[in-house]
Amino acid sequence: MEFGPHLILASLEGAVTAAILSLTAIGLSIVFGVMRVVNVAHGEFFMLGAVFAWYISQFLGTHPALGFVAAILIAPLLVGTLAAGLDRLILQRIDYNPERTIVATIGILYILQQGTLMTFGPDARPVAPPFNQVIAIPWFEFTDAGFEIYWPWGLGITSYKLFIIFAAAVVLAGVWLLMTRTKFGLIMRATQQDRETAQAFGVPVDKVFAYVFGLGAALAAVGAVLVVPVQQAHYLMGFDPLLLSFIVVIIGGLGSLPGTVIAAVLIGMTDGIISVFFSPTLAKIIATLAVAMVLVFRPRGLMGK
Amino acid sequence: MTERKIDRDTKISRRTMLGTLGAAAGLAGSTSVLPGVARMAHAQGSGPIKLGFQVHRTGIGSAYGRWYERVATAAVDRINASGGINGREVEMIAEDDGTDPRRGAEVLERFSSLHNTDAVFGPLFSHVVIGSAPRAGELKMPYFVVSEGHHVASGILNRYTLQPGITDVKSQVISMAPFIADNVGKKVTMIYPDFAFGHDHRDFFSEAIAAQGGEVIQKIAIPPTETSFTKYFPSIPRETEVVYHVMVGPAVLTFVREMGEFFGGRGPALFGFIDSLEAVDITSPGLEFLDGSYFWEGMARHAQPDQTPHEDAYRAAVGVDAKGASVDDPRDVSTYAHMFGVWETLAVMKAGMEASGYQGPDDRTALIEAVEGMTDMPLSDDHPQGDKVFNGKTHQVFGHQNITQLKNGTLERVHRTSIEDTFYEDEVDYTSQSF
Repeated sequence: MEFGPHLILASLEGAVTAAILSLTAIGLSIVFGVMRVVNVAHGEFFMLGAVFAWYISQFLGTHPALGFVAAILIAPLLVGTLAAGLDRLILQRIDYNPERTIVATIGILYILQQGTLMTFGPDARPVAPPFNQVIAIPWFEFTDAGFEIYWPWGLGITSYKLFIIFAAAVVLAGVWLLMTRTKFGLIMRATQQDRETAQAFGVPVDKVFAYVFGLGAALAAVGAVLVVPVQQAHYLMGFDPLLLSFIVVIIGGLGSLPGTVIAAVLIGMTDGIISVFFSPTLAKIIATLAVAMVLVFRPRGLMGK
Repeated sequence: MTERKIDRDTKISRRTMLGTLGAAAGLAGSTSVLPGVARMAHAQGSGPIKLGFQVHRTGIGSAYGRWYERVATAAVDRINASGGINGREVEMIAEDDGTDPRRGAEVLERFSSLHNTDAVFGPLFSHVVIGSAPRAGELKMPYFVVSEGHHVASGILNRYTLQPGITDVKSQVISMAPFIADNVGKKVTMIYPDFAFGHDHRDFFSEAIAAQGGEVIQKIAIPPTETSFTKYFPSIPRETEVVYHVMVGPAVLTFVREMGEFFGGRGPALFGFIDSLEAVDITSPGLEFLDGSYFWEGMARHAQPDQTPHEDAYRAAVGVDAKGASVDDPRDVSTYAHMFGVWETLAVMKAGMEASGYQGPDDRTALIEAVEGMTDMPLSDDHPQGDKVFNGKTHQVFGHQNITQLKNGTLERVHRTSIEDTFYEDEVDYTSQSF
């Protein structure tokens, strides 16, 4: 493929990756920012979102669009409730001790993964996209006959992939409004800045933590529901989003929402472009190297305080 | 603030500790007794013949594993219904290897030391076979693989590993190349999974198409665990006439769908190994672009007008309808092109055990020699895919290959190779190796 169409295609693919990644990473970032909890099970909440989306859409068995709408409303809610329950049941009992939370969330990771395997089986499950038109993009070349417009293979995107980018932007805007314009956001930020003072002012910190943990997991699930018509739901799919989310959150600055979004776009786009031009393995190598560089030269991350 | 509970949680009383230790010791004692009992039953040459089934129940091979297990169960039922092997009932013991080479080797050890099986059969994925076969050789356990890989006939494995139920990639692709060059196109881009099985495709097809005056102009390797594929397709050169695709793993449906979206109806011709679509409903939304494209199939998924009575019986026995899906659930599509290999492997194991008068584990080498002595395997209920020729030196079977074309949602056979089309020079003589 020629350079021009290749670059456009790479950017479009990168934008889709970035959109999903920013949703997943922002969930991880909120949990870390407010609760100081390193949630190793985050990728499994992503996976659960995808598997629930498949289950809901095939359970309803109606038009794909209806199934998808139901999935995007119900799956994140279920995953969020489950996560909030796990917070109350496990994390609260170990008092959010940093080392123990890591071990506990690793335990949750395996329980969720193997539980999904035992309940829903080992197969990859497809979800039909609510709509899916291929939008071809023309390109031009100069041949002996002069300027010519043609339609290269593969230069295009589907309407559904455009919708992913749009929907992720809407959800992110919603999270930003929630954090900056609502009372719940104010309480979350107060808890983030100084947990004990917030408690002294009557903020029910335990409850806030459960909500925040649920919200973080639900955001991962939203990302998963959006991506599952493009990929497929599978019990082992949680690893890549977990790794990339950690990379994004570290580069962006732990707990910083704008930093997370910037890093997600950066990593998503470079991942897309390097994957298309060179190889997906090289893209992962470069992303991991970037983390090492950030940790050495700017341990706070891009926007960390 | 976060440290105050540590004491309470980590304190274990002496009584609890002693209790736990006692229970653990009891458990250890009881398990060490069991294998002894099992060995005695076998020394007498009585009781059931135990066949270990190494199955990909989980991991990237799980769709194949599910169907391999159904076929194995049906085949063992059939053998038992006709009186078992040498008058003894056959007991199948299935162990999941997680489609993982390390676990594959562990499973073989369990078969040998825990279950004391007479022989082991069943794995498909080439990295699992290559990872497990050396252990089978060390344990002196006959290991009947159903994997298509060229690793058996290439000579890298050992005398205990045989592939009598399914043909290997090398023979498949050399018999496909003339058809592709004559009917589909000569400038080929290959897309294949990045592990041993895919590398067999890459190496042998490149040679075979060059012999037909064609050329592989681009090779695209994709990790079998990949979930998103669009990023690989731009490396397909514009002058490509045929895309040769073969993909495995949990995301094959995504692979094909994204390929359709990528070409958007404007792409080159397609020749695929049905592996890219095994266990996938070929009429799924997004796959319409496949209409008119060609597929290699070991056994044609959709019932053909000239289907033999042997295949009728096989389809009924394994519970598959004329469209290749489960008779209980039409959405549950089988891995029809490959799974006959399990059926035929078990038939060969039975024939080998009967020819050698197999009594117990001491006769394992006699079983291998009996199978090595086999040559012609005629079309029958034992070999519903078609007649075959077994090469005892290379431990590999050879058979007919099918090419189907998708027309209005149905895979119609357009070519069936002869067995001779699939032959190549021997690369090893396992019979010259000692046991």
